[in-house]
Amino acid sequence: MSSYIKRPNRALQVYAVLFLIVLYVPVLFIPLFSFNDSIYVRFPLQGFTLQWYGELWTREPVWNALWNSVKVGLVVSVISTVLGVMAARAITRTRMRGKGALVTFIMMPLVIPGIIFGVALLVLLSRMGVPLSLYTVGLGHLIICLPFAVATLLPRFEGFDPSMEEASADLGENGWWTFWRVTFPMVMPGIVASLLLTFTISFDEFIMAFFLTGTDPTLPMYIWGQLRFPKEFPSVLAMAALILFVSFALVFLAQWVGRKGLEDQA
Amino acid sequence: MAETSLPKRRTTEGPPRASGSAFLRLLRRSESARAYVMMSPTLLIMTLGIVVPFVILLVISLWTRAGFGFDTTPTLANYARSWNEPIYGTLLLRSFWISGVATAITVLLCYPMAYYVAFHVHRNKMMWIILMTLPFWTSYLLRVFAWKVILGYEGVINSGLMSAGLIEAPLSFLLYSPTAVIITLAHAWAAFAILPLYVSLEKIDRSLLEAATDLGDGPVARFFRVTLPLSMPGVIAASFLIFIPTTGDYITPALLGGPDGAMIGNLIQLQFGAVNNWPMGATLSIVLMLWIAALALVFLLVTRKVQGRIT
Repeated sequence: MSSYIKRPNRALQVYAVLFLIVLYVPVLFIPLFSFNDSIYVRFPLQGFTLQWYGELWTREPVWNALWNSVKVGLVVSVISTVLGVMAARAITRTRMRGKGALVTFIMMPLVIPGIIFGVALLVLLSRMGVPLSLYTVGLGHLIICLPFAVATLLPRFEGFDPSMEEASADLGENGWWTFWRVTFPMVMPGIVASLLLTFTISFDEFIMAFFLTGTDPTLPMYIWGQLRFPKEFPSVLAMAALILFVSFALVFLAQWVGRKGLEDQA
Repeated sequence: MAETSLPKRRTTEGPPRASGSAFLRLLRRSESARAYVMMSPTLLIMTLGIVVPFVILLVISLWTRAGFGFDTTPTLANYARSWNEPIYGTLLLRSFWISGVATAITVLLCYPMAYYVAFHVHRNKMMWIILMTLPFWTSYLLRVFAWKVILGYEGVINSGLMSAGLIEAPLSFLLYSPTAVIITLAHAWAAFAILPLYVSLEKIDRSLLEAATDLGDGPVARFFRVTLPLSMPGVIAASFLIFIPTTGDYITPALLGGPDGAMIGNLIQLQFGAVNNWPMGATLSIVLMLWIAALALVFLLVTRKVQGRIT
């Protein structure tokens, strides 16, 4: 390789570091204020305290909201990934008529603002007389998550050779066993990525939940309420700091396990 | 033909077995039918979640509010109102302006970062990508709120500048203004720019750059004649991924916009909430969607033209 690409670019390096700092500073305010000894989130800081973490254990509504979000996120991520696998397989492995139009249709939610979906579903459900609940929130999240699941899984299915499946069929496996023993292991990384992505999207989703939540709030809805009435807000910050820490740890763990797996193979 | 000498390949499309219903026979015979069955749950949910609600939205936008119920005689009165009354046009225009500026800023600021990782990081690329996307795993709501803490009246910037003696009183234009909304949107959506930009830059064949150098292009000419045109798909994808969702954003203008920074999403929410005029809210949603489609089309045509000119 010629040298000009390898030559370090000092200005770009400085820019990259500055970029990361600007990216991280606002996020780091969340853990910072979770240790602040004041109910108001503002400067100057009042002093170090762990009381918000202690009080978190006794804050029933915070835990309920977290549990609601986890429930919806788990169900939505599993359903959208299973449906995504079926759709991606159908799209890549068969010659079907109208394929392009179908893919465009599935990807529609990516190019329409979420608020429009929220109000459209709200109108539909209220005309049908369906009461708002976690199920309606889940339905809304499913519609946003499905395109992401399909988009994550499609390249995985496109990337592996269909002759593997044919070989398995030639060796006498039926369709289900071929899927389970050949296709499934090959697309496994895509499935994991899809589960993670759709769970994260559902867990953090606000605008659909804003229109479709009944009496049980999801965590973002609960946080939204506390922004105006700051009684339990420091506990929310403590919870958010914990979630932040856990997700950072998970991402690094996944990275470390992945690298370890590669080294073991080598 | 050589192929005729080969033994006939046995396919699944053999003679249909006598057993099973007509539907099962169709499934066995037609690949297309099997594919549609496999996709049917997805299609059913998308139809239930997209087509049906939109039809109802369209129908209700032709109704008018009458007391606590609806007057169901179809009329275009809401559309006429949304066109004639200045508040709707102003907010729509402001939404597109704010999102447009935020999108341009985000793409411009993220491009060098994606370029750096694609071309100048050789070890631990994955580490850099994770570092750049980690902040987006935290709650969007709390990230927006964090900017309120930074830009606020007693926020980081104001208290910092005051204690440094640079200003006497807090700067009031920081919070509750279009500027605050633009800054926050640009920060909150950066990952949606970095990833497509990085992917399109990483895909560029390095030998093209060498060829440009060998043919006498300096670094600047090389960038504008090879790298930038080849990364245009990433730029377009990033612009769409940010512009479209942010035009309808509700949280950021609600928390940081104030009256001058309110956007169309806030107005739509008001129609479904405090104002309680659902037909008007439905009308505004449809108008917003049509405008986005029109703008996206124009943007695509323009970039295609420009791309054609460069290459």
